Amino acid sequence: MAKRINRRNFIQSAGAVTAAGVIGMPGLALGAGKKVVVVGGGTGGATAAKYLKRADPAIEVTLIEPNKTYYTCYLSNVYVIGGGKGIESIAHSYDGLAKHGVKVVHDYVTGIDAAAKKVTTKGGATIEYDRCIVSPGIDFKWESTPGYDEAASGTIAHAWKAGPQTAMLRKQLEEMKDGGTFLLAPPPNPFRCPPGPYERASQVAAYFKKHKPKSKVLILDPKGKFSKFGLFKQAWGKLYGFKEGSDEGMIVWRGTPKGSDDNKIVKVDVAGKSIETGFGSEKGDVLNIIPAQKAGKIAFAAGLTKGDWCPVNLRTFESTIHKDIYVIGDSAAAKGLPKSGYAANSEAKVAAAAVAASLNGKDAPVPAYVNTCYSIAGPGYGFSVAAVYRLKEDGSKVQKVSGGLTPSDASKSTLASEETYAHSWYKNITSDIFG
Amino acid sequence: MVIKTIAGALLVAGLAFGISNAALADKKMAPKTLMGASAQALSDTCAGCHGTDGASGGPGTPTIGGLSKAYFVELMKGFKSGDIPGTIMGRIAKGYSDEEIEKIASHFSGLKFVPAKQAFDAAKAKKGAKTHEKYCEKCHSDGGTNTEDDTGRLAGQWTHYLQSTMADFISGKRDMTRKMKKRVMKLHKKGGDAAFDELMNYYASQQ
Ligand SMILES: Cc1cc2nc3c(=O)[nH]c(=O)nc-3n(C[C@H](O)[C@H](O)[C@H](O)COP(=O)(O)OP(=O)(O)OC[C@H]3O[C@@H](n4cnc5c(N)ncnc54)[C@H](O)[C@@H]3O)c2cc1C
Ligand code: HEC
Ligand code: HEC
Repeated sequence: MAKRINRRNFIQSAGAVTAAGVIGMPGLALGAGKKVVVVGGGTGGATAAKYLKRADPAIEVTLIEPNKTYYTCYLSNVYVIGGGKGIESIAHSYDGLAKHGVKVVHDYVTGIDAAAKKVTTKGGATIEYDRCIVSPGIDFKWESTPGYDEAASGTIAHAWKAGPQTAMLRKQLEEMKDGGTFLLAPPPNPFRCPPGPYERASQVAAYFKKHKPKSKVLILDPKGKFSKFGLFKQAWGKLYGFKEGSDEGMIVWRGTPKGSDDNKIVKVDVAGKSIETGFGSEKGDVLNIIPAQKAGKIAFAAGLTKGDWCPVNLRTFESTIHKDIYVIGDSAAAKGLPKSGYAANSEAKVAAAAVAASLNGKDAPVPAYVNTCYSIAGPGYGFSVAAVYRLKEDGSKVQKVSGGLTPSDASKSTLASEETYAHSWYKNITSDIFG
Repeated sequence: MVIKTIAGALLVAGLAFGISNAALADKKMAPKTLMGASAQALSDTCAGCHGTDGASGGPGTPTIGGLSKAYFVELMKGFKSGDIPGTIMGRIAKGYSDEEIEKIASHFSGLKFVPAKQAFDAAKAKKGAKTHEKYCEKCHSDGGTNTEDDTGRLAGQWTHYLQSTMADFISGKRDMTRKMKKRVMKLHKKGGDAAFDELMNYYASQQ
């Protein structure tokens, strides 16, 4: 798809160069380069690839992703872990993206050379780019869970990257005897999907209530509170006999006040299925340990990180470290936005519009962002947090301008409706990303 | 090898071009944030819930691509003020200025309405068609497909949403126009929930 260079393109591009105060970029000055490489075909990457094509079909988009099937983390708690529907219920292929004209390459990116503008892969390929969008999701900080590491995740699930991990956790719950304990260790902040661990606890409890009513869900939390705190506690009280500060109900939550190390992991005994915390030791029948998190591996390899995450210009998601590389999704330090699928989808659209604009010699457009996270606490019981955001004028933060939680006095029919809308959200966002 | 300055320069350049226009915003709503996002950028943020180009895959969230502009504006302003009840749109609509709502409404009204693919009972749909003709067609013309009346789209909308909307109308949580109220209440008295169930099947049958 070679792009013809006419006078108009040439002037546009030249204009961009002066506007940005950049000199000596022959590729751009000739108006020739319109190659974008997207690293990672998850929520952020797949959305960006599709929306780049929507913005400008002349852009050559190559998406590099090792897996042929993407399993969504979202709704994995509900459909697979609680609902037993199997991981096909959360599976998506890349056929839809190919139809939009995205070139999908199944390979793993091992390096990004920001100076030479080249991506190298495990399969031995070198691919040049004019702009690169990076959305590799998260990596675990295994040092946060002594005794529990990548090898141990073969028997004790984190299930914080969906797929075989999710299936394994469901299988272990099915094999557990009635009267057993599901021991859940959520991560410290910040992590992907802040309400996720608590939706998982709810969904496991929903499964127990129906099939193994003498069983328990014990949460050892290194935090003193969590996302949708009030709504979850209310739902647990109504559905699973939860009483804060007591061991009575089916769900027991033990938090950690500031300054204490009560429920922080000191050591995991994988063979003995127990967790030692600052307070004591707890044994479980099925364990689920979610380590602390950081940006995906490639972000570190490419020198895109500062601390655990990747600093970006919040208007465009261009890295503030390397020019022409954009970082979106969980890996980005998107100040003001949570690490969620909706946010990754929203960031991807902002980045795609910014990349298309810059390749066509235009200024970065004004961004708009939205986030929503639905949680399903049990059958007929859904609630949400939603927000609309804008960029602060000084570019320092993505500022919430409206939104909030489902009210705590929501009627039964509202909660049931929100459950239906949560399923709609899944249907619509996955087709927006992969369809 | 740090090229920080270039990204910084881009940001400064963008700001210097004066795209920021807080005057556009409802003043207290959006203090000191960048305004002036395009209709496309604003509308693309809705896709996660309403589907790409506002064509919802269901089973609950309504399709919004292809509604009339005037009615779209009325809906958004209704959600914003609280006059129209909803589970979540009130929280969302408050994030947009009236000017932005106009922009978004223009955008979606220019798109195609894609009828929902959903199950229905053919026998009930047949009865519903007759009820529609008698009670609703006057304002929701062409079998509820016509959006030019600025009355919303009934044919091909997701049943779950039409049902919750009807429930809000009948319970008084949402106001109806005086004339629609007369018809709806008459039908409710005469045919009860069954009549509305048949209507819903009729709207669902139009794919
Ligand atoms: C249990 C659970 C429930 C959740 N529920 C919700 C929810 O209800 N709503 C919501 O909005 N969010 C939810 N989330 C969060 C959501 O899944 C993430 O925030 C989102 O997927 C982030 O998108 P991403 O593109 O950053 O990463 P991902 O979607 O993880 O995609 C990263 C992709 O990059 C690929 N990759 C990584 N490294 C490389 C490399 N070197 N080369 C090539 N490819 C690479 C990976 O294979 C992967 O496909 C949930 C998360 C969990 C764990
Ligand atoms: C979090 C999911 C979510 C997001 C994001 C969202 N909506 Fe909605 N929308 C809904 C739901 C659910 C309804 C049904 C009413 C309710 O329960 O609030 C709805 C209803 C509507 C309706 C009424 C349709 C009709 O025919 O009566 C309009 C119009 C609408 N939304 C427009 C928008 C626009 C425009 C945006 C983006 C700026 C948007 N929505 C973003 C979930 C969402
Ligand atoms: C006299 C005119 C009139 C009649 C008759 C009428 N409607 Fe309406 N309807 C309206 C108007 C106007 C609106 C737009 C909402 C408003 O302004 O209150 C509306 C809105 C609606 C909506 C909301 C659509 C949406 O997407 O938000 C539904 C559902 C509806 N009508 C169903 C019906 C049904 C069912 C009947 C027949 C039993 C009916 N109406 C008869 C005028 C009418």
